[in-house]
Amino acid sequence: MPYIPHTPEEVREMLDVIGVSRIDDLFAEIPEALRPKSFNLPAGMTEMAVRAHMERLAAQNAVHMDSFLGAGFYDHYVPSASDALLLRGEFYTAYTPYQPECSQGTLQAIFEYQTAVCRLFEMECSNAGVYDGGTALYEAVMMAVRQTRRKKVVVSEAVSPIYRIVLATYTKNLKLALVTVPHDKGRDDAAALADAIDDQTAAVVVQNPNFFGVVADFTGLFAKAREKKALSIISGYPVLQTALKTPGAMGADICTAEGQSLGLPLSFGGPYLGVMTCRKDLVRQMPGRIAGRTFDAKGRTGYVLTLQAREQHIRRQKATSNICSNQALCALRALINLCLSGNEGLSRQAALSIENAHYAAKRLTALPGVELLNDAPFGNEFAVVFNDNARRVARLLMREGVIPGFPLGRYYPGLENALLVCCTEKHHRKDIDRLVRLVEKVLQ
Amino acid sequence: MSTVFKKSVPGREGVWPEKPRTEPRDFIDENLLRAGQPNLPSLSELDVVRHFTGLSKKNFGVDGEFYPLGSCTMKYNPKFTEEVAALPGFSRLHPMTPQLPGGGEMSSGALEVIYETERLLCEITGMSAFTLHPMAGAHGELTGALMMAAYHADKGNKKTKIICPDSAHGTNPASASIAGFDVVSIASADGIVDPDQLAAALDDEVAGVMLTVPNTLGLFEKHLPRIVDMVHAVDGLLYYDGANLNAILGHLRVGDAGFDVVHLNLHKTFATPHGGGGPGSGPVGVSEKLIPYLPISRVTRDDAGRYKLKYDYPKSIGYVAPFYGNFGVALKAYAYILRLGAEGLTRVSENAVLAANYLRKRLENDLDIPYNRLCMHEFVASACSAQKTCGVRALDIAKALLDRGIHAPTIYFPLIVKEALMVEPTETESKATLDAFVDVMKEIMEQAATDPESLLAAPVNTPVGRLDETHAARAMEITEDL
Repeated sequence: MPYIPHTPEEVREMLDVIGVSRIDDLFAEIPEALRPKSFNLPAGMTEMAVRAHMERLAAQNAVHMDSFLGAGFYDHYVPSASDALLLRGEFYTAYTPYQPECSQGTLQAIFEYQTAVCRLFEMECSNAGVYDGGTALYEAVMMAVRQTRRKKVVVSEAVSPIYRIVLATYTKNLKLALVTVPHDKGRDDAAALADAIDDQTAAVVVQNPNFFGVVADFTGLFAKAREKKALSIISGYPVLQTALKTPGAMGADICTAEGQSLGLPLSFGGPYLGVMTCRKDLVRQMPGRIAGRTFDAKGRTGYVLTLQAREQHIRRQKATSNICSNQALCALRALINLCLSGNEGLSRQAALSIENAHYAAKRLTALPGVELLNDAPFGNEFAVVFNDNARRVARLLMREGVIPGFPLGRYYPGLENALLVCCTEKHHRKDIDRLVRLVEKVLQ
Repeated sequence: MSTVFKKSVPGREGVWPEKPRTEPRDFIDENLLRAGQPNLPSLSELDVVRHFTGLSKKNFGVDGEFYPLGSCTMKYNPKFTEEVAALPGFSRLHPMTPQLPGGGEMSSGALEVIYETERLLCEITGMSAFTLHPMAGAHGELTGALMMAAYHADKGNKKTKIICPDSAHGTNPASASIAGFDVVSIASADGIVDPDQLAAALDDEVAGVMLTVPNTLGLFEKHLPRIVDMVHAVDGLLYYDGANLNAILGHLRVGDAGFDVVHLNLHKTFATPHGGGGPGSGPVGVSEKLIPYLPISRVTRDDAGRYKLKYDYPKSIGYVAPFYGNFGVALKAYAYILRLGAEGLTRVSENAVLAANYLRKRLENDLDIPYNRLCMHEFVASACSAQKTCGVRALDIAKALLDRGIHAPTIYFPLIVKEALMVEPTETESKATLDAFVDVMKEIMEQAATDPESLLAAPVNTPVGRLDETHAARAMEITEDL
């Protein structure tokens, strides 16, 4: 049997030591009435046969088209060294580092990850990561609710609808009032957001760049929140953060992000990485693992999981969160990627992505029947409006082998003609030129 | 070993893309841009490879060491599944592809994986439907608790409480609480749920009972049929924490036994790697009556064999994950299930139970074993006697094991056993490894009697000795200088 090493003789020896005659005797406590009514699974397969089956399934997925689909999940380049390091069994077959003496590799990596993301966002504290950008944002909201003991949360409609639907599920039973402030042609309505913050507000939630790719400065909004003793929560985009004004500089209390762009494959939605950072005085409200530096009896530096009194295995129902695992391997991947890139590499990734997007926007809007949704500044993603239904345009382009972006009508009624287009450093001008030619063709 | 930031040499080139023609400020106003650089390290590719290879050498992992960590199921993770998950057809697939016009067809291979994995998990557990969306076990618990709340709300039941036995994982009460329930803990008797205690706690306000079977002591809940009837009698729901499913594969299907909601840990029973603490995957299965409340989206298959995502389930609890959960982890579990098949999965539980009982018997004269009877895939020992006679605690035994190249068992859990050492050998470890573990344990217990001081100083063969956790919590040094 694969992965089970015992020979029949060894099984016999073990049964003899236990003092039973058959394996079935070990299951004697399960009453007959509870025995399975069926266990109708296929017979086992060889490794070769399973791989062939999986390769056949993989081949049915269209991953070789030129794609301008982003919407919060981005196809950035992943350096080969990061895969090679990730496959070291010492990392990926380890458990949560409860025994720090034999887990210094994982623990130091978490400490370094915490440092790297704090530096990237100019925030003071980070945990080891949570499931993904959406759950990170939900956990941030819950931090604010606990800290302020207030029940109202103001959210911009320009925050990813994918995050907002998750937020709605989790908060449904908790008697929280989620107030969504409508976007203004893809821009956050900063004035309306500020007006919505009152003495009952736990937090205001925005995203930068927002779902439409629009770049903004929320310093003023966050100051207003502070006046009302509400917390400011912002969701960011790690790769662009070398270019954009940081959450720290804007005065954010909590900054979260989808960490996927830092070298994690798109992998049909996961595993991803929820980046969570905050101001120092909020750290005890933060869920998840946190690594801290300390020393042993000989004075040697080492790392441990710290502030565990917040966690479920100690506090049970009074814990800050039910979260038990983190995305350690994903955080390690992000860290390795940040180290391979450094300031220069990451800045180039950001600059190339922004450059490509602006080239694409300029070329597309030069076509008749295509204009930008707004005139706001943007990073590597922007919304265009066609004189035609965006799903129809997308369908026709996909027949030609190009995914032109994400039709916005699905989440924003009234924007049925709008398409969200993203570029990264992986796009070439000739890819963009082809996109433009095809859009021109289908709009005619 | 110094941190990667201390190794930075300004100007050193890593893996960079080409130089851009423009700068962000050519397009974006200066006041929207970052002032200064983030101070990431400047390193060559070899610098990075050597740093992280060095760090990896300071870790134990299943590939290198025996890891009898109870409740965590640290079995061998087959290598081929890593390659399966890395196939470009899966790893490059954008999660929003199915939302594009014609996108279902463009992602049909991935949708088939989800559909088939859910179907196989249904057959393995006897449940009626599954969702792969929860991204870890605790996330599955929360999803299950939210569905229980939705079920009762829909029926107009006023249910406010969830019951957990005192042997439960800490995530059970935490998840129930986050879903908005009050948590009632009941005491175990002889290591298992006491039906009388349960009866005393059961009333019309009880939404459900969360059970782990076998429980965290590795014991089968032999009153299970009665418990199921009692809970259903007050229209409560039975929740199955699947952390220990690996003990009953092919021998008990929790759906047949009457459970209404279950979560599984693919990273335990189905051999996907733990990754130093994640990513995991915590699919949730339900009985017929809870199907309407499953999270969206759901994958369906039409008569022509086409797979499609559907969202129109008005009673659904909504989205617990943006997409389809940790798809990359589910891929590995799917490949593992296909590889083993019905017989292989049954052998998994049988050999896991065999190994645990073998170790229990071989160590019963060296350690206290509070519930020393046939166990399932794990057993809980105790260092109470050693503590009384020579001042050696479970923690000291754990550290002594590290010195001898074996990962420690889970210690101080479950909470109902003092000085607990929870041992789970798994089915993938050879008898030779188990025997070597027994020899080492005997040697350590001998040393505890003759030279306890030396155990209190353990470990000495690891990169660092016992670390000052109090200092860590007080000093709160959780980043390098920013």
